[in-house]
Amino acid sequence: MKIEIAGQNAFIVYFADQTSAAVSAKIQAAVDNILTNMADCIVDLVPSYASLLVIFDLDRSDPFAMRQRLRVALAELDSVDGGAGDLVTLPVYYSLESGPDLEVIAERGNLSVEAVIDIHQQQEYRVYAIGFAPGFAYLGEVDERISAPRLATPRQKVPRGAVAIADRQTAVYPAVSPGGWNLIGLCPTRMFDPASDPSMPVKVGDRIRFSAIERARFLELGGEL
Amino acid sequence: MSGFTVTQPGLLSLLHDRGRYGAHKLGLTTGGPLDFIAFDWANRLLGNHVNATCLEISFGGLQLQADIDTSLVITGATASCKLNGDNIQQWHTRDIKKGDELEIGFASAGTRVYLAVTGGFAITPSFGSSSTVLREKIGGLNGDKLQAGDYLPCTPAQLSKHCYLPLRERPVYGDQATLRVVSGYQQSAFNALQQWRFFNSEYQLTDRCDRMGFRLEGESVHSEVVGMLSEGICLGAIQIPADGQPIVLMNDRQTIGGYPKIGSVIVEDTPRLAQLSPGFHVNFEAISIEQAHNIHCLAHARFQRSTPLPC
Repeated sequence: MKIEIAGQNAFIVYFADQTSAAVSAKIQAAVDNILTNMADCIVDLVPSYASLLVIFDLDRSDPFAMRQRLRVALAELDSVDGGAGDLVTLPVYYSLESGPDLEVIAERGNLSVEAVIDIHQQQEYRVYAIGFAPGFAYLGEVDERISAPRLATPRQKVPRGAVAIADRQTAVYPAVSPGGWNLIGLCPTRMFDPASDPSMPVKVGDRIRFSAIERARFLELGGEL
Repeated sequence: MSGFTVTQPGLLSLLHDRGRYGAHKLGLTTGGPLDFIAFDWANRLLGNHVNATCLEISFGGLQLQADIDTSLVITGATASCKLNGDNIQQWHTRDIKKGDELEIGFASAGTRVYLAVTGGFAITPSFGSSSTVLREKIGGLNGDKLQAGDYLPCTPAQLSKHCYLPLRERPVYGDQATLRVVSGYQQSAFNALQQWRFFNSEYQLTDRCDRMGFRLEGESVHSEVVGMLSEGICLGAIQIPADGQPIVLMNDRQTIGGYPKIGSVIVEDTPRLAQLSPGFHVNFEAISIEQAHNIHCLAHARFQRSTPLPC
């Protein structure tokens, strides 16, 4: 673990060179510990794949005290098992209608469309990071057999709820936006809803499973085609 | 309800408090005033709470009609400001009455003008803040910039004593700036020659400068980083993509990103960058984290010590 300067009021903690479920769990434990013990001087935290950005209040602390307190908070983690993370199941309507790139992924992997859908559901994913847009959760890791590079030309408009794959990551688009990921289905669960509390069904460190639903159920759950 | 009607919205007028904090975990950015120094002065001159909601008027062109008796102040970039057609001075508090017309012309020095009213604009916060972030459609009035016909609600309250900030205490908005940088992030992946080039070259602001980031053009700089994991980005972080041209990330930056960064412009200097226009120049000066901390403490003390004078 390395604590590096990010800026005048921020440190970035690197937990590892690569991401993994264990690294992700450790970062989540660090977030909890810092929010519990250092709330007086923390402005915001940004957990990501293998790092944690710690932004502090320049008027309530200084870089020297902060680095020291961070060291203590992180040292305590060695004796703590990273939290298992909550398990969240997201329903998905997989079909050629809702997942225009299913066939391309099937062809790439020499698989049937059904096999692609099965493989996507078999894995338990971790929320490694949230960013790009409000509520956009990066989930890993996708089985190599169904991984696929980003589209050469991103789509102008990806629908809200689109379940997508890029390399070994998968995600659900929280809102209509441009996007270059491969679309395999639609999820009726709102990934970001400012009017709800909590506004997101998942957080960094959670475990995610996808579960296939029929078209009728998708519509019943509020999905739109 | 009382307040102001927007008759001309200007190019980009946004409601902001000091910014949205604690919501990075949802992927929400900070927002907040690009020039927090001018913003803080606007609230302080009126005796407002430090987090009161003001208007950030980028490049000017705003016209409002008052439907309220209140006091206001205009700070930030220099622009011709008129009340019912008569010039009024910036950095001076003054009263405004129901029916008055306020006009803020286009900025002649600097780019961001701030307008505060007594008590601040009454905007329902989203995720703890009224700051408008267009990309996220959050904050302000329905997450949007001001439109003609919008109504800006606030509570009537006139000051009993008016004041102004003397000229010597005000920021100067020029056409270049030296931005102080704390080295950090992937700094060690930039070799000595690349760092020398970066800190000894002049960069020009391109026309791709917005609330997310300021793209600069000049001597190209390269790192040895190949493919990195996305990580959290702080205000002022200097991202250097493959083309070697730096981007200084500002208030509406994405919260995570995967480009190498050589360090970060200190918080005190991002407002100076924000007040520059495309075509203007900056250069970067490396300072230690200790110096950066001293600069912050001195700036804080100076703000506390500076006293507005009675009108």
